[in-house]
Amino acid sequence: MKAPPFSYIRAETVEGVIECLQKYGDDAAVLAGGQSLMASLNMRLSAPRVLIDINNVNSLSEIAHDGNHLRIGAMARQIEVEQSPLVAQHAPLISMAMPYVAHPAVRNRGTIGGSIAFADPAAELPACIVTLQANLIAQGSKGERKIPAIEFFNGLYETALTSDEVLVAIELPVAADQQKFAFRELARRHGDYAIIGICASTEWSGTSLSDVRLVYFNAGDRPVVATKAGAALEGAFSAEILESALGHLAEDIDPPSDLNAGPSMRLHLAKVLTKRIFQEWMS
Amino acid sequence: MNNNTELLEGDVEINLTVNGEQIVERVPVRRNLVDFLRINLGLTGSHVGCEHGVCGACTVRLDDQIIRGCLTLAVQADGKRVDTIEGLSDDGTLKDLQAVFHERNALQCGFCTPGILLTAAEMLQQQPNVDREQIREYLSGNYCRCTGYHAIIDAIESVAKARRQESSNDN
Repeated sequence: MKAPPFSYIRAETVEGVIECLQKYGDDAAVLAGGQSLMASLNMRLSAPRVLIDINNVNSLSEIAHDGNHLRIGAMARQIEVEQSPLVAQHAPLISMAMPYVAHPAVRNRGTIGGSIAFADPAAELPACIVTLQANLIAQGSKGERKIPAIEFFNGLYETALTSDEVLVAIELPVAADQQKFAFRELARRHGDYAIIGICASTEWSGTSLSDVRLVYFNAGDRPVVATKAGAALEGAFSAEILESALGHLAEDIDPPSDLNAGPSMRLHLAKVLTKRIFQEWMS
Repeated sequence: MNNNTELLEGDVEINLTVNGEQIVERVPVRRNLVDFLRINLGLTGSHVGCEHGVCGACTVRLDDQIIRGCLTLAVQADGKRVDTIEGLSDDGTLKDLQAVFHERNALQCGFCTPGILLTAAEMLQQQPNVDREQIREYLSGNYCRCTGYHAIIDAIESVAKARRQESSNDN
């Protein structure tokens, strides 16, 4: 189908975007890469009265490393993030995930901030930033604030952004040498939304694991941190410990049902993917 | 458009380059790029399939990168360069790909072919050393409902090999 009628604003500054958001509030939608928003308009799943296009706000695209943080502008295209040496060095988990975020023609246009602010629980990037404990930088009429990734996602397509705020950047802690990262997803077709997926990080001393973070996507209404399974993996590692930790996954995640798989199959696949990650890490 | 919060409604004028030609047209703000190319300019080589970014039939180049023509608005192409299957056929960019697609029967109904050719061309430009697995991955965003994938991969692989051969002969 075709998008319903709307009015269009070509914003050139963040201040201009905020002014428009104040004026039109919930009647407006921010148009970043448009790779989800335009699809939802074409399918008539949403009908904002005003689209505020932020593609000409040049200040939002920078990828910069500053001491302990990597800051990625919300409008950095996914292809730029995928090919960025800074991201590969300081946030390897994001580099691992990028080839799975849709298809090349979509990544050429799609943005990191758009994918995060859209808050699809099946998307890769929200799970990545929850794993990495990133901060989201939002700017609104009251100025700038930092929102921890875990507090950013409020449910299906719901975020902590208020109606006059726009996501301007993602601030990631720089990866440390002793940290290990992994990304796995299962999809019917490469680039499609995952049936189930996992982002994982840990510190490995050579004999024991600490700070084990297992974050699943398409496993609930937002990225889901498996706190019980993660806690059970702290300390010395063995295949038996992994098996017993995976027993806790059913308490941690509550996967949805759709045409691809039901909750029990998703739970099973989550265990399979998690095992593969530890096999890779420990081999 | 100096005021950056100006509300544009109905039809607006856009100025862009399509296949090397300067175009000035009035378009409804809600019209997507592929509909603009087809309806306003009569360039019907880019196809409209799913209209939500899944099938890849509407693939065109915007400032040298392939994009989904159904997920970008025509007004967003203002000031930019658009290249379509028509332009890239005329200027010879796709010549070897098209010849091999013909030879190897890598198209049946032809609906997906323009999108697949543009995707393959970008891939070969960026990754001249692709293998079959990488070709499959890069083409994952283009559906062929005749399911002629094997012939398509064969064709692209043979172009990749031929181009590598040619560039090593040049050196």
